[in-house]
Amino acid sequence: MDNLIIEGTPKTPTVEFDAAAGKIVLKGRSIPENSIEFYKPMQDWLAQYGSTPATQTVVDIRLEYFNTSSSKCILDFFKKLETIKDSGNQVTVNWYFETDDEDMQEAGEDYEAIVGLPFTIIEVDEI
Amino acid sequence: MAISDVYDFYRRMEDDHIILSFKGAFTEDLLTSILHIVEGKMEDLQVDTKKKKRVFNVLVESFQNLYHHIEEMAPDRGDSEKDNSAMIIVKYENHRFTIITGNFVNSNRIPELRHKLDTVNALNDEALRELYRSKLENGGRTEKGTAGLGLIDIARKSKNKLDYEIIDVTESIGFFCLSVLID
Repeated sequence: MDNLIIEGTPKTPTVEFDAAAGKIVLKGRSIPENSIEFYKPMQDWLAQYGSTPATQTVVDIRLEYFNTSSSKCILDFFKKLETIKDSGNQVTVNWYFETDDEDMQEAGEDYEAIVGLPFTIIEVDEI
Repeated sequence: MAISDVYDFYRRMEDDHIILSFKGAFTEDLLTSILHIVEGKMEDLQVDTKKKKRVFNVLVESFQNLYHHIEEMAPDRGDSEKDNSAMIIVKYENHRFTIITGNFVNSNRIPELRHKLDTVNALNDEALRELYRSKLENGGRTEKGTAGLGLIDIARKSKNKLDYEIIDVTESIGFFCLSVLID
């Protein structure tokens, strides 16, 4: 299947979904006015990927900021990944946050508490 | 405004430590510009990363809150002045940022708005986090993707009580002023 690549903008993150490698990256800022529209291609891609996923899927979330309307879409995105995991595949999430950014750290912890996926919350100097 | 008032207007803004102010139609592009200006300003002022992110977050949420609500009320308005006009002001004084917004609201929405603000103001950090988490997990969402999390998020990032006032403009329209401090 095709990879999903979306270039980042001041309001939307860089998206790099590599089906063969099982590597999913979301990086940058996610503050679009209409998040549902922006996240739709990712949901569609995941739905297709879920039928023949890689043995191991690694998800890297490197977000600098996200707005509350993205927060719901990110949850839906994790839920989709959860169904892939529940059908017997390995899925892990690396949630990155910048040193001192306790808000982003807490956000990662909150998702970890809601979603049934193994999270590693990682502190880095720069996202 | 008479031309002789321009300096007074400028002075007033300067004395109030206003670093940005805008009154007019809220558009998607406007937010991009405002963020760009305020981020540049925060670079110059060497604001620490944590505060910078909180200011950024509150700006985005307050702006988008208004943006969506203005859209919601637009069909009810004939009056072009009030149509989608709103106001945003950013102040910086003694390392403290204040983000002030002003916008028209339908009077029938005021009780709900007050209730939301008072609820948020009655909660501490931990309770706000729990409310956010439970709304994220269980709450619904409009077709535009707004999830009713905006004010909770603003309160969480501000770490201060939300200061607000709602003025009755006419029987059916109020003007909602919100002032958010990030110190």
